[in-house]
Amino acid sequence: MFGNIGYSTHPLFTEMRRLEQELDDLFGGSTPWTGGIRSTPPGTFPAINVGSSDDSVTVYLFAPGVDPQKLDITIQQNVLAVSGEREITPDPAATYYRQERFSGDFRRVVSLPDDIDPDKVDATYREGIVQIRLQRRESAKPRAIQIREEAGAPS
Amino acid sequence: MNTQNELTEGRGATPTPRRTSGPESVLRPAVDIFETSEGITLIADMPGVSKNRLDLRIEANNLLLEGTIGIAPQENMAALHADVRATLYRRSFVLGNELEASKIEANLKDGLLTVRIPKRAELRPRRIEVKS
Repeated sequence: MFGNIGYSTHPLFTEMRRLEQELDDLFGGSTPWTGGIRSTPPGTFPAINVGSSDDSVTVYLFAPGVDPQKLDITIQQNVLAVSGEREITPDPAATYYRQERFSGDFRRVVSLPDDIDPDKVDATYREGIVQIRLQRRESAKPRAIQIREEAGAPS
Repeated sequence: MNTQNELTEGRGATPTPRRTSGPESVLRPAVDIFETSEGITLIADMPGVSKNRLDLRIEANNLLLEGTIGIAPQENMAALHADVRATLYRRSFVLGNELEASKIEANLKDGLLTVRIPKRAELRPRRIEVKS
């Protein structure tokens, strides 16, 4: 029924495919992280997203119900380590049907780009997400290069 | 008595989330569900969801949890790594008739959603006295 559309050539579908590819690239389908030595299996608590811009790198930790005061965040060179605990004490009088939520101690380590400045870090906790923002070093930021006119050049 | 059926995961009543990456993919929040003599409690991990981005509703005996992650990445930000690849959480459960859907209480704090569904008073377990 849909055979005549011509999936491979119709402009709408090629555009869709390009978008899919872009999304895969954006969401880590083929980043250096995939298969990294510090990568962890899907579902490891807490989930981590890392975004980078020209002047900063932001790490998002999806840690609902974690007391931010009990989080230990350390950075050495470009390696960031976060450890903490989320203890869930089950009600002994209750009947449990599902216990999918992580309970216990956790530690996650991520390597970040080399040019981050370990002295310029700031962390916030909101709605169960820890946001750690690290500045990149000045020298690593892209700069526009001015072209100056040579004095006495023939015009 | 089959207590396992009192809060069973929904099938069919809501669209099945697509398990593909892309803008329409859906996150399935991890839940704990337990029952006491008073009722059933559900706790869901929904980090990033604020009260105004949470949609909790009951449709034809289905309890539907839906919420969107509110963090807006900065402009010009490229993802270096993403464990979380969608912004929409969705999961649904079928409620048993012995549960009082109109008296549900919910609380959202630090990305944790707690939903308490009381049992109908007349259906709470009673001790049966054995006459001698």
